[in-house]
Amino acid sequence: MKRLEPLKKVVAEALRELDGVLALRAKWGGVAPHLFKGQEELEELAIAPKYPLPQTLRLIQRAHPESRLGLVVRGCEERGLIEMAKRNQIDLERIRVIGLACTAEEAQDCRCARPYPGLLTDIIVGEKTEAVPNELVEEFLSKGREERLEFWKKQFAKCIKCYGCRNACPQCFCPECTLEDEIWVETGRIPPPFPSFHLVRAMHTVGKCVGCRECELSCPANIPLTTLYALIRREVEEMFGYETGGDLEAQPPLVLPMELESGDGI
Amino acid sequence: MEYRNVLTTCVYCGTGCRLYLEVLDGQVVGILPAKTDPVSEGKLCIKGWNAHAFIHHQDRLTKPLIRGNGRFIEAGWDEALDLVAERLTAIKEKDGPDAIGVLSSAKATNEENYLLQKFTRAVLGTNNIDHCARL
Repeated sequence: MKRLEPLKKVVAEALRELDGVLALRAKWGGVAPHLFKGQEELEELAIAPKYPLPQTLRLIQRAHPESRLGLVVRGCEERGLIEMAKRNQIDLERIRVIGLACTAEEAQDCRCARPYPGLLTDIIVGEKTEAVPNELVEEFLSKGREERLEFWKKQFAKCIKCYGCRNACPQCFCPECTLEDEIWVETGRIPPPFPSFHLVRAMHTVGKCVGCRECELSCPANIPLTTLYALIRREVEEMFGYETGGDLEAQPPLVLPMELESGDGI
Repeated sequence: MEYRNVLTTCVYCGTGCRLYLEVLDGQVVGILPAKTDPVSEGKLCIKGWNAHAFIHHQDRLTKPLIRGNGRFIEAGWDEALDLVAERLTAIKEKDGPDAIGVLSSAKATNEENYLLQKFTRAVLGTNNIDHCARL
């Protein structure tokens, strides 16, 4: 655990100046997010397995908008913060981002294109490792349309409609969820009807999903959701030149047309 | 300002998935899967994801209620338990122990459920005991 000791030092320093630092804590034989407030708690600081910390940050900031918090983030979580900030879900001005680079093994597990932070912070604990090409996306794109459709039909037939993908997603923050609205998704059916449930959710990840894999990791049916959303992310990049989570200033494609239209007097 | 996660076990069925209760300023506000749990492997069903919903629910009973004149009236524990004992004894004497059935709960602990089945069999004298988690 080469990263743990350096991370403790950085968090300890942040705690001297901030109200608290949001990171992972190992306790009772498990690991979970925790708001560290005192130096004495740092013995329990942990690195893995990762949790959707940006989602927790949103929760705390909404209850305590004046708080000054630190947050330990991996590359994906930092990209997630960027998309959340664009939609006014979190206040970047009031947080200190502490970066944590993923190991080569972790990057491999996630097939991550950017396994390190550095967009919102200069503080990065751990060594940057290489991007990992997503062979699943390439393999998928080599198949025909029918074959792809059949593949997803089979995958979504396994769904037990636990809403875990939505619950675990830091980018899912609507007060009312379309997936619970019977106009869009017929109720009382498991698996939920294809394609409405899963493709409504997929469409809602456009310009938001940064590939953190929390949805896939929480799926009891092991549906390869990250691959589906990676395909969408790729389309968004090719069609709109928009790199999701890559630039705080860039306008998300689904927001841009509305603004252009409203500029025309609509 | 306080945010922590408390490790516990899902109360909805016998699988026993561990999960975290997200506690913000003394209120349970959500659930996180326990990713290191060998049972659930960090994956929950819809019940597990909502296992906290009853904790602060407005319909949750926090005091004993005794029905009188068609409505429920708040009572103390001694008064409520005395009434239960009195009525169970009377029913058992009049109609026999099999006139009584007991429904236990997965929201109670294993030990409490053990005690309840023991009470049902040894004290009430019936095998009419079941629980919600067998559904």
